[in-house]
Amino acid sequence: MVGSGLVVRDLSVGYGPVRALRRVSLEVPEGTVVTVLGSNGAGKSTLLRAISRTLSFQGGAVTEGEVRLGDRRLDRLPADRVVAAGVSQVPEGRRVFARMTVADNLRAGALGGARAGRARSLARVHELFPVLAQRAHQRAGLLSGGEQQMLAVARALMAAPKVLLLDEPSLGLAPLMAERIADTVREINDQGTAVLLVEQNAALALRLATHAYVLEVGEVTLEGPAAELAASDEVRRRYLGVVDEDAAADAETAGARTLTRWNG
Amino acid sequence: MSTFAEILLNGVSLGSVYALIALGFVVIFRATEVVNFAHASLLLAGGYFTASLHDDLGFWPALLVGIAGAALVGAAVEFFVMRRYRGSDHSVLAIVTIGVDILLTTELTRRIGTDVLALGDPWGDAVLKLGPISLAHTRIAAFVAAALLITAFLLVFRYTSWGVAMRAAAESAETAALMGVRLGRVSLGAWAVAGGLAAVAALFLTVFPTPGLERATSLAALKAFPAAILGGLDSTTGALVGGLLVGVTESLATGYQSDLTFLGRGLGDLAPYLVMVAILLIRPAGLFGTKELARV
Repeated sequence: MVGSGLVVRDLSVGYGPVRALRRVSLEVPEGTVVTVLGSNGAGKSTLLRAISRTLSFQGGAVTEGEVRLGDRRLDRLPADRVVAAGVSQVPEGRRVFARMTVADNLRAGALGGARAGRARSLARVHELFPVLAQRAHQRAGLLSGGEQQMLAVARALMAAPKVLLLDEPSLGLAPLMAERIADTVREINDQGTAVLLVEQNAALALRLATHAYVLEVGEVTLEGPAAELAASDEVRRRYLGVVDEDAAADAETAGARTLTRWNG
Repeated sequence: MSTFAEILLNGVSLGSVYALIALGFVVIFRATEVVNFAHASLLLAGGYFTASLHDDLGFWPALLVGIAGAALVGAAVEFFVMRRYRGSDHSVLAIVTIGVDILLTTELTRRIGTDVLALGDPWGDAVLKLGPISLAHTRIAAFVAAALLITAFLLVFRYTSWGVAMRAAAESAETAALMGVRLGRVSLGAWAVAGGLAAVAALFLTVFPTPGLERATSLAALKAFPAAILGGLDSTTGALVGGLLVGVTESLATGYQSDLTFLGRGLGDLAPYLVMVAILLIRPAGLFGTKELARV
């Protein structure tokens, strides 16, 4: 056991007859950053939905396995109790409440947490993202993509989670903004919140994380310390876009013909 | 001129009552994305509670019981019926509400029978004369009550946690669930609020100059449908504007009926629907509705 960390054991998820996850196990020990890499459709978002108990919105269900936070089983709770237990998710694509003001978005984020800590959470969030204090009374839909991502992260932090689930935070952001989000994730982690980061941008994710898992077609195919994975050929080739010498040479000889028009 | 002012003021008063009904309709739609066809029967239930209790309890306690009763009926419909279907298609749920409406209305009309029940209100048929304009006290009370309730509702909607949860759920149920919003509670609350508002509306639909609560009262409640729809189903502002528009239209069409005899009788009942169709032709999502909802 890992104290009060998040543990997923032998988790399988199905959408009707379609199996999306097959006996996935992973651990997010207290105060660490763990990343899950994988291409589209590998089951990354399904994994997060299974943890946050929002699978039913997509017609999915956990068929076996368990999810625990410390000694507490999460996989039988309704979504609001998972938030109250200390696990908040930042959904893919930000999903801020566009018609509500920034301040009301943050209030919505605090609905699941303890009433007492709200003022402290708000102060923390405003310190992390000063721009959200400036824009408090603007509609969230009018923020830029990067600011919306900040708001989505801030909103999840309002419940003062022990574990933050981040689904593709760099998606659709300019590299500079992605870098700022990465800095923020590091800062949030330094303040003691564990982070489970799901990313397609493997380079960024492996720099942030201490431990990494690779998910392929619903199964964990690789796992290890992030540094080791970043150095492995398999991950370098498939997720970091680094090709070895031979492959590079192949690509070069082929390259001469790649720009011809296809007349099929 | 004085008749015009009178008709207009009566229309505004009637419209504010429709706005109360439409608001309940919109609240349920925003919280659950379900079009609630059972709304008229909630209204009838509220009116029936008040009508059958005012002799024993006196008017004001009976009204409170009526409001609480209709809220309870609304909550019960959500809890025992709608909740079992959660996750089903919204159009399926809308049809379930038609079934609920038929059941409730059948039972209530059986109890009411052919009677016309008085609600025992304190205003009677007193009329206020302001120069050439005369207005029934009931119409003034209706307007004041509706304005107070709507203001209170909007404040709650804007500033309380319940309001935030409600608006969050309206934008995206899934994201709201991720925030720890209890969707079941939000929808239960919405049905209860809608029931309570409908009970108040029932009172003002049945007081002077209307004879009283009868089986056909639920038909009058149906006029709030065009109000909610022409305002935009998901907009509280739309419900208010739509309600007023329908009330004034109906009042004008009825008031000037004698000048419009070539159109036949009963234009007042028809006019709200004509306005709705005309507005939807120009703005398919309603006056204040969100564009995406045009697909629903």
